[in-house]
Amino acid sequence: MKIKHSLTIVLIAVGINLVFAETMQGPGLGHAATIDEVAKWNISVFPDGEGLPEGRGSVSEGEVVYNTQCVGCHAQGGIGSAVGDQLAGAQMELTSDYPEKTIGKYWPYATTVFDVIRRSMPMTTPGSLTDNDAYAVTAYLLYLNNLIDVNVVIDKSSLPKVKMPNEDGFVKVYEVKETNK
Amino acid sequence: MTDTKHNKEFEYVAGNGLLDRRLFLKRGIQFGTITALASTVTQLLQAETETAFNSARPPWMTQPGKPFSLYGKPSEFEDDVVRFPTQNESVLGNGVSWSPLHLMEGTITPNGLHFERHHNGIPQIDPAKHKLLIHGMVKQDLFFRMEDLYRYPMQSKICFIECGGNSNAGWNSSPSRSEAGYFNGMASNSEWTGVPLKVLLAEAGLKSSAKWLIAEGADAFNMQMSIPIEKAMDDAFLAIYQNGEKIRPEQGYPLRLIVPGWEGVLNVKWLRRLMITDRPVMARNETSRYTELQPDGKARQFTFFIEAKSLITSPSANMLLKQPGLYQITGLAWSGRGKIKKVDISADDGKTWAEAELQQPVLDRAFTRFRLPWQWNGKKTVIKSRAMDETGYVQPERTELIKKRGKHGFYHYNAITNWQIDEDGYVSHVYDKNENQTLSDNSIDSSWD
Repeated sequence: MKIKHSLTIVLIAVGINLVFAETMQGPGLGHAATIDEVAKWNISVFPDGEGLPEGRGSVSEGEVVYNTQCVGCHAQGGIGSAVGDQLAGAQMELTSDYPEKTIGKYWPYATTVFDVIRRSMPMTTPGSLTDNDAYAVTAYLLYLNNLIDVNVVIDKSSLPKVKMPNEDGFVKVYEVKETNK
Repeated sequence: MTDTKHNKEFEYVAGNGLLDRRLFLKRGIQFGTITALASTVTQLLQAETETAFNSARPPWMTQPGKPFSLYGKPSEFEDDVVRFPTQNESVLGNGVSWSPLHLMEGTITPNGLHFERHHNGIPQIDPAKHKLLIHGMVKQDLFFRMEDLYRYPMQSKICFIECGGNSNAGWNSSPSRSEAGYFNGMASNSEWTGVPLKVLLAEAGLKSSAKWLIAEGADAFNMQMSIPIEKAMDDAFLAIYQNGEKIRPEQGYPLRLIVPGWEGVLNVKWLRRLMITDRPVMARNETSRYTELQPDGKARQFTFFIEAKSLITSPSANMLLKQPGLYQITGLAWSGRGKIKKVDISADDGKTWAEAELQQPVLDRAFTRFRLPWQWNGKKTVIKSRAMDETGYVQPERTELIKKRGKHGFYHYNAITNWQIDEDGYVSHVYDKNENQTLSDNSIDSSWD
């Protein structure tokens, strides 16, 4: 009942805006972007693996990179510190009084790990890791969370296949509203 | 300050001294003094100065004033009205700075006091070298330079931006000891001006498969967030100006996405890329963060709307009411769903409520200032405010919110805030009187990035 009511308001508002949009015209100054330019700018990685680059990394390679580039904030074994998220080593469940939102316990998609490492990490020199480094650190973190075996190599084909325990742990509040209409 | 003659004439509208909201309009009655404790030093200095000259002409009337300035600054006597940063010790640009809501009046946040949330510092962007790329499920991938965007039709909107993590100290088991703004001030209100996003999307030509857009910033964190396309086609816009001047670097200069009423992190700063897709990207900040863990172990995701909230900014935590008498209770209310319809105030810990005066005009998804006169009798009490928005949604009590969401949601805390005033006039933050206070203080997640 309440949802229906607010949806009506939204629909009216959208209607008004569409009318208004027709009266608002830009001068058309956009410059065509080439496929190469877009490919360089676009580093978004989706859960199905879209956007993952060539390259590969192993758990042991990742351990080396982690222990030079990441350990300062995220600590040995990814257990986190006052200045870096806890990434692994959860002892407590999400339903406990002390939930630990590590990659293994909380993160719904393995691709997000690679994406955020490549785009944002390490905080002091973001963008400095090679794609191979980013794959390797991803592998090491997945291994620390008991999500892959020590000998698994992570690349664009294996990463989206890693099964994340909490993939179904999220209620999409906005989409729920949409489907209820 | 208050004599018995005046007291007899007061019309009480709720318990413990709440007065008719039109009282100050009817009669010019003086307020009691509310002092922020920090300003005591300033007062002592002022007193010294006053005894140092005999003339009725103060020093600033005996010599020419300062000449003009290129860019004005606040009075030197207001240098305690500042943001309060809490940041990552290892990466200083990772954290927040809180807006001093308790030291401000009206509804517009001055640009230098707007709250900040950065994931890895404030990029210093040369607008001549900044471009926006729109690509993906469009007929033509397009770059826009800033000089291009300056020629597009613009619109203005006064609206608040509130970080999803605002007031998160409220989840803690003990009340915060900070000033009101320094744990609720990750919310600010500006007039933003810029180009409607739908104008640019129309130019690129949306394909029918387009359902989401991924907005990305040009900061060192290179943050990205997924936003439903209908918001982009409704009222989202690309802000270039804030309160009449170009956006400040810490607010996203030279280009910021504004999604009115939706949580702060979606208002992507330093905007450089909009990727049109048919699904969300599941970025770190929409999965591992900015999601709300519930007691059953499931987490709420894509909780875009900021629900109605209000906060008494004065009197508020760590202020001092110097003596019993007449005071004006004042504060801010806002809702991401529309206009604030009313704000009720209680001066007797929720037993009775009276409707506050709303400063006009009340704007859609903007800070709304409320005020109500109050006769404080000098006794210990609790004051609180409760907002209702135009959808009929009523701001919950803290116990109600926790019953619904648990204590580990971290984001979207919008419960009623209680200020206790003790017999000495000292104001402090307290939780609901019926609450079990024995829980351990384990709910705030202290790590940063």
